[in-house]
Amino acid sequence: MLGLRGYLDAHTAPRFEAAVEEELRAGRPRLVADCSQLDYISSAGLGVFMTFIDEARAAGGDIKLAAIQPKVYQIFDVLGFPALFDIQPTVEGAVARFDAGDGEG
Amino acid sequence: MASYERTFCLQVPSSTENLALIREFVSAIGEQAGFSETETVQLALAVDEACTNVIEHAYQNEASHEVTVRVTVDENEITFEVIDRGRGFDPTAEPVLPVEELIRQRRSGGLGLRLIRTIMDDVQYRIVPGQMNELRMVKKRHAAGGVNPAPGAPR
Repeated sequence: MLGLRGYLDAHTAPRFEAAVEEELRAGRPRLVADCSQLDYISSAGLGVFMTFIDEARAAGGDIKLAAIQPKVYQIFDVLGFPALFDIQPTVEGAVARFDAGDGEG
Repeated sequence: MASYERTFCLQVPSSTENLALIREFVSAIGEQAGFSETETVQLALAVDEACTNVIEHAYQNEASHEVTVRVTVDENEITFEVIDRGRGFDPTAEPVLPVEELIRQRRSGGLGLRLIRTIMDDVQYRIVPGQMNELRMVKKRHAAGGVNPAPGAPR
């Protein structure tokens, strides 16, 4: 579980990138990003998801996004992310998707 | 038309830590100019992306330079000029690839430009050799977007 708070832009994305990479290197490819406290995301933040999604899925996991606020969701929407990522209304729902399926969003 | 025109200017050191400040500046003006909350978020995002490009590419992450954001509001549109004096980098010359393709190529760098192009109605890049580089982005007021029409403006 990765909790995101505040804004994810070119200034803060490197920290998030390091956190995702650490999880994948530790053999934990089933990740849920809790976006309930995320107020803003730019391409630098979106790029972190893009960079690691294939790797997580190849390792039998996924990076699922949960509880995205509407003002942040519209940014994902501009880029067509909802078609490429598994986005769930709640963190519990996202976790349940891992339990129910094979991790392929 | 000119009677309604207002100009705002912000100059900050070229560091990503100032992106939040730039977004607040743009949001406040967008709101004051009557753009909806959705549009205001997108305007701030587009300017953030343009400034991020300047900081990372034109200035190679050196914080000792300056980024200038000039905003002009009139009754028809809002115009953003992002100005730097670094290494000229024309983002409009880059191809706009589908997101799936960017993922395959691990090219998150192309996302910012895609966002700018999607959000803005007009994007132009200009180099004044030895003086400055300028990315000019225009967003028109759309009645459908919940924007208050200017007094006397044709519907």
